[in-house]
Amino acid sequence: MFDSLQSRLGGVFDRLRGRGALSEADVDTALNEVRAVLVDADVALPVVKKFIAKVRERAVGEQVIRSVTPGQQVVKIVHDTLVETLGTESEGLSLGSPPAPILMVGLQGSGKTTTSAKLALLLQTKDKKRVLMASLDVNRPAAMEQLRVLGEQTNTPTLPIVLGQRPTDIAKRALAAARVGGYDVLILDTAGRQHVDEALMAEVAEIKKLTQPHETLLVADSLTGQDAVNIAKSFNERVQITGIILTRVDGDQRGGAALSMREVTGAPIKFLGTGEKLDALEAFHPARVAGRILDMGDVVSLVERAVETVDRDKAEKLAKKMKKGELDFNDLADQLSQMRKMGGMQGLLGMLPGMGKMKDQLAAAGIDDSILKRQEAIISSMTKKERVTPDVINGSRRKRIAAGAGVEVAEVNKVVKMQRQMSDMMKKMGKGGRGGLMSALGGMNPGMMGGMGGQGGGMPPGFPGLPPGFGGKK
Amino acid sequence: MTTDESSGGRLGIFARLKAGLSRTATQLSGGLTGVFTKERLDADTVRDLEDALIRADIGANLAHELAAEVAKDRYDTDVTERELRQLLANVIAKALAPAARPFAVDPAHKPFVVLVAGVNGTGKTTTIGKLAAKLAQEKKRVHLAAADTFRAAAIDQLKIWGERANAPVFTRGPGADSAGLAFDALKEARDANADVLLIDTAGRLQNKAGLMAELQKIARVLKKLDETAPHAAILVLDATTGQNAISQVEAFQAAVPLTGLIMTKLDGTAKGGILVALANRFKLPIHFVGVGESIGDLQVFDAPAFARALTGADEEPKQTMGSFRF
Repeated sequence: MFDSLQSRLGGVFDRLRGRGALSEADVDTALNEVRAVLVDADVALPVVKKFIAKVRERAVGEQVIRSVTPGQQVVKIVHDTLVETLGTESEGLSLGSPPAPILMVGLQGSGKTTTSAKLALLLQTKDKKRVLMASLDVNRPAAMEQLRVLGEQTNTPTLPIVLGQRPTDIAKRALAAARVGGYDVLILDTAGRQHVDEALMAEVAEIKKLTQPHETLLVADSLTGQDAVNIAKSFNERVQITGIILTRVDGDQRGGAALSMREVTGAPIKFLGTGEKLDALEAFHPARVAGRILDMGDVVSLVERAVETVDRDKAEKLAKKMKKGELDFNDLADQLSQMRKMGGMQGLLGMLPGMGKMKDQLAAAGIDDSILKRQEAIISSMTKKERVTPDVINGSRRKRIAAGAGVEVAEVNKVVKMQRQMSDMMKKMGKGGRGGLMSALGGMNPGMMGGMGGQGGGMPPGFPGLPPGFGGKK
Repeated sequence: MTTDESSGGRLGIFARLKAGLSRTATQLSGGLTGVFTKERLDADTVRDLEDALIRADIGANLAHELAAEVAKDRYDTDVTERELRQLLANVIAKALAPAARPFAVDPAHKPFVVLVAGVNGTGKTTTIGKLAAKLAQEKKRVHLAAADTFRAAAIDQLKIWGERANAPVFTRGPGADSAGLAFDALKEARDANADVLLIDTAGRLQNKAGLMAELQKIARVLKKLDETAPHAAILVLDATTGQNAISQVEAFQAAVPLTGLIMTKLDGTAKGGILVALANRFKLPIHFVGVGESIGDLQVFDAPAFARALTGADEEPKQTMGSFRF
């Protein structure tokens, strides 16, 4: 949808190459673009203005470094200032003596209940805490039931539901139960409320006073627009939030709300909700969110996810085989499933800088992850022998494989061709070419990965190449 | 939250709507007051006007266009604040007018099948509950289908709304196939000679190809029973959403041809200005706006009233409210 800030600024600054220092006029031209990028990303206008003023002060008069273009240099200043404004590296929760109450607050539909369960799961698995959850939401039908079910799914005990109790009474009961039960943490999920609803805001303030939570977390939707400042400000004034959790970060929005909320409350962003699965709650890294807001990709997350997903031994074995050009269908199947685990093509592309456009093009052309699944199905329909020695796959075998996978023979042909091409490519690379994602992506300008001001661009060793051959129509 | 509000008495509705919209108005007009203390319509004023529109989530490009349109013939003339508000309200109302088309059940289809979709947490289930109540008041026989089998307790939530609206709810266990469920719900609604079937679907982010394909499948499977179904496909949008709403409409429209929009949560300070951008771009009908959690809080969308609330063009609340139809 949007060109990255880098390419937008690139145009503005091309003619300035080789000048001594950034002049005021140059900077102003650039900052108009920056302003547009931030507004498009839903950063609240007052926050945008303040931010631009800060960047302007830093950029004017800055010496143009020889090796970079002025555009890149402004991007770096913008990026660094953004990271700084977004706050420190992921601050964990600060929980005192048990049972430590955590109060979850936010608007309706921001994702409080789901996030409560995600947080419980994280605290249990990572920090080995004993967690109790209680829903104080007496407004939304079946909200308490929702938390109970999520408790079952995450193996977290929940406070037994007593209908007809007021939220404060439930909170008292929860505190007592947490104490008696010897829990480390008590997560209190509250009803969604509009920050202008006086009665409900008074209620949550009362709950806060009563329970004295060690953390008061504002759960906010990263799709939020300009109103983010009002929401964050109001909640902060009434219940003094200690942290923010942004949800739906896996949407295609660039999440300017993060900047707005952080700026007006001063409260750190503690976690990001990154998917529908209950383990999809990640620590916050300012550099990554900054990259997203500026549409510069998130290479660091990509690399991390690769490290998490890729089995090192397998990768090494594969690398050896690749060198010899002996890539069979088993290896191809491994790669396909790895790609899917890492978030599929769209997920991967979304994290690469400047690839937003390509992602949209793929989506527009109807190329999605169902292709990966179908290709896996085709390989599953092959016999063991066919997988190890692809050469035996003749016409009648292709027909059988197609029938087994429920696809046309043409699709089987494509997969067979893909294996052959990859094999050939690997052979060539084994003779001294460079391996890894970059060359496998083929035709992508390596320069796109560089010049990112502090966001390292290198791939970890053993990172497998992506299979080529995704260009075809379905 | 007091639950007895759900009875939705007429006075109560007016009071709530007034409260909801006046907050909307205060916010934007708060921005505008700063703008209109100046009397000369100059470049600075136009920029301030533009900023006020951006703060209302109208989007940078459209804000620029609208501000320019307001200033077009009056540049460098003196205008009063009230005049400017009126001008702006008129320009916005004009942009919104084609979109203000009411939701109508075509009795030729029995049942009239309505697919309700949207991203997570926009208020689909709540909106369906309110819509069911509204249709029941019009003496229509409404059936509900709980096709959100993913979110924990979504089924229970819809059941409670079904009880309130006296509408049978077709359910199956959590994790059940939503397309199959919709198919059977349609069959049952048809056998029961229902007038309307409202299908609640799971929230899905528009960039998840798999989930969007699932939505398409629901629509496709319904066609096996009734070629013309779904007769309406409504996207529920959250007023607090910013520019992402554009991408939402685009993606959902591509998956299932949409017939209308509903915007929820206008009772906060979010101004819902994105509706102006959406109307401008997609020409889709905007059926209702949600201004609260109770049954009576689903209001028919009225373009001039919305525009005036957004810009604070009407000082006298009576006038604003009078133009709302219920």
